[in-house]
Amino acid sequence: MTKSDYVIEMRKITKDFSGFKANDEVDLKVKPGEIHALLGENGAGKSTLMNILSGLLAPTSGEILINGEPVKIDNPTVANQLGIGMVHQHFMLVDAFTVTENIILGNEPSTGGVINRKQAQKEIQELSDHYGLSVDPTAKISDISVGMQQRAEILKTLYRGANILIFDEPTAVLTPQEIDELIEIMKGLVAEGKSIILITHKLVEIKLAADRCTVIRRGKSIGTVDVAKTSSEELATMMVGHSVTFKVPKSPAKIGEPILNVKHLEVKESRGIAAVKGIDFTVHSGEILGIAGIDGNGQTELIEALTGLRKVAGGSIEIEGHDLTNAPVRKITETGVSHVPEDRHKYGLVLQMSLAENLALQTYYKSPLSRHGILDYKKIRQHALRLIKTYDIRTTNEQLKAGELSGGNQQKAIIARELDRDANLIIVSQPTRGLDVGAIEYIHRQLIDQRDQGKAVLLVSFELDEIMNLSDRIIVLHDGKIAGEVRPETTSEQELGLLMAGSSKQAAAQEVK
Amino acid sequence: MLKVSQPVKKVLVPLISIIAGFLVGAIIMLIFSYSPVQAYASMIRGALGTTSSIGETLRQATPLILTALGFSVASSAGFFNIGLSGQALAGWVGSIWIALAFPNLPTYILLPLAIIVGALAGALTAAIPGFLRAYFGTSEVIVTIMLNYVVLYVSTYLLQSAMPASFRSSQDATKTISSHASLRMDWLSNLFGGSRVHGGLFIALIALVLVWVIMKKTTLGFEIRAVGMNPFASEYAGMSSKRTIIMSMVLSGTLAGLGGVVEGLGTYQNFFTQTASLSIGFDGMAVSLLGSGSSVGILLSALLFSVLKIGGLGMQTGAGVPFEIVSIVIASIIFFVAIDYVIGLLFKQRQNRETEQIAARTDSKATVAVTDEQKKGGSTK
Repeated sequence: MTKSDYVIEMRKITKDFSGFKANDEVDLKVKPGEIHALLGENGAGKSTLMNILSGLLAPTSGEILINGEPVKIDNPTVANQLGIGMVHQHFMLVDAFTVTENIILGNEPSTGGVINRKQAQKEIQELSDHYGLSVDPTAKISDISVGMQQRAEILKTLYRGANILIFDEPTAVLTPQEIDELIEIMKGLVAEGKSIILITHKLVEIKLAADRCTVIRRGKSIGTVDVAKTSSEELATMMVGHSVTFKVPKSPAKIGEPILNVKHLEVKESRGIAAVKGIDFTVHSGEILGIAGIDGNGQTELIEALTGLRKVAGGSIEIEGHDLTNAPVRKITETGVSHVPEDRHKYGLVLQMSLAENLALQTYYKSPLSRHGILDYKKIRQHALRLIKTYDIRTTNEQLKAGELSGGNQQKAIIARELDRDANLIIVSQPTRGLDVGAIEYIHRQLIDQRDQGKAVLLVSFELDEIMNLSDRIIVLHDGKIAGEVRPETTSEQELGLLMAGSSKQAAAQEVK
Repeated sequence: MLKVSQPVKKVLVPLISIIAGFLVGAIIMLIFSYSPVQAYASMIRGALGTTSSIGETLRQATPLILTALGFSVASSAGFFNIGLSGQALAGWVGSIWIALAFPNLPTYILLPLAIIVGALAGALTAAIPGFLRAYFGTSEVIVTIMLNYVVLYVSTYLLQSAMPASFRSSQDATKTISSHASLRMDWLSNLFGGSRVHGGLFIALIALVLVWVIMKKTTLGFEIRAVGMNPFASEYAGMSSKRTIIMSMVLSGTLAGLGGVVEGLGTYQNFFTQTASLSIGFDGMAVSLLGSGSSVGILLSALLFSVLKIGGLGMQTGAGVPFEIVSIVIASIIFFVAIDYVIGLLFKQRQNRETEQIAARTDSKATVAVTDEQKKGGSTK
């Protein structure tokens, strides 16, 4: 019998990083057998709190009680012994090993130095059957789907005797169908007496899965609510501190001339394997074409080929009537292409350079920022100050290193640099990844503005909401091919999900009916 | 870890490593029962005690400034140029050859010509590893190290077999160059008590300013820095990383070549068989690292190195410390400089890793416990 109503009680947890309070007297109480959501924006302190619970960080002050007993969790092993298990978002799995080998990795059952694999396999099979996870313990990780890999992660925590499971943004890599399955599995787990903490910033999932929800904002707990009695709008308001609009209003598209024409495009990935396998599409001025798909289905290679960062293996790319197949990056940029890259730290910014220099990254070689190869720092500063003001980049000054800006402001800086060039084709990839609701809303508005000014916008996103809200047309990429083209007003998330998973358009339409 | 602001750290770290080097040097001398106080006093006297010794110290600093600048330009582009020695040697041979081939041209033609040819020889030598890296991804470390040997033995071949016999005074040395090609300036030598300090000093000082201007004020410098800090973003911005790497190496080799030119046309006035790679190449790396790549830093650390080198001779004569011990003392100071660089490298790597982790986290809001701590720790560095 537990002596407490709560399986976990975190009381007034404070974590001070030399003056910066990542957690400021945060309270979290989880009842046994519930799915407890932990909701907050990026940087609100969710991760810090969970790292404290799993023994990776020591709190500056505050106490933790497990089943009413005060405990000191000073390393992950202690957390393990207390039955706390974490299902990481980036799976901690060795691709070349089987499910069983991965699960026993680190504490292999052995007799005289020989691993007792059969025994472990049997136990894992039993666990999998018991919780309805349908994982094959003998399968290699590299051969199984992302959804099954995640279930293997869940099995791993269960095998190690976890009673409290922490799910860290578990749905980010899943298709809508897999998300439904996962929610079923989580409900099954709590029905068996486990407790779950679900870290997320997606309100839909909280409404679907969670019993109660604790909201934290800027390191402080805002409150714990009953999910059934709280609306999504209320949750969002608690999370960001002011009311937000989920859907940026937009008028019907005024479609004009074709700007980007892609014909039979084939692109190979770095290992030489075909990644984009012969696709055709057109983006017109005044429209946003969304490209939906699960990560790794050729989107990255497609964008790199369009922007000149990767060689085209076959087919052609035409922008405003110019053939730009395999053209150098600068020629493509000069023709009138803006590019907001998928990975803003790797491609979008030189983190060690100042914000002003980063804002000049695409135009430094031209008048007025430089003349005859000599940079005009006065003009570069003026240019930066103007962009900072126009695009509301929050920074102490323009000389701050780009790496010291927050993620949202880094992205705003890239957007500012790219949109300010007034190019007719705007290619944006994952523009809001990792950003909070406020910044997302801002970026969505900017993209719709550009469309309304007659620009052609090509949007790649793994977020279905983003695709559905912004696009005028949607094409779905699966395995380097276009699985189908749909319109947001006539399609559903289910249909998109099936297309993303590789069903043909007819089959998807059939199944949705 | 000490919490100091970035500029303070920039001054503090080299200063601490210098002091630590001197302390270790003192301990070594104590072990061998020499008086460190007396030794260091005669070192200072030997390097700075008379106008002529100051002149010699400045002469010693001249090529070091040039090779150090060469190293810093290449490393800004992310290129580790260990071939400074070979590039300087190429510059030396090139300038002497021209000087000996046209001894009677007027000074205002011959001197610039010899300097330019020497600089070009250095640039060409450096362009080879730059080209190989840009187009074939070859490791510049291996290519530059091996090229040092190639240039070393080719220089001996050129001296002994390729140059007209009339250029040579013996099998192992060329004749002295004509005064038309010399960087010697009588007024300068006289000012510094008849020492061998020469006009190359002005070339080095002009190069210090020019390199600063190129790196900070021109689009080429902007590209070199951007490619060095983030080659991916540079490519995204339409810069050609191939062109930039080759350009930075050409610039680096030009400077290293000039380092050899001032040795040839200034200090020695001829070329003679070298038995090992030029030490100005390797000392130049250390000078650049100690000066953390900045112009002022390079000037100061080149002077420090020269004080050590010239003063080291004074330790021998003034305090009776054997040259071997002097070498150990100098080496220990350089060693601590190198340690400082290693620490710097660790910092840099940690920062990169940190950036990656932050990137990974923003990607997905994944949580890596250490990042938070590093992020906090990192911002106060």
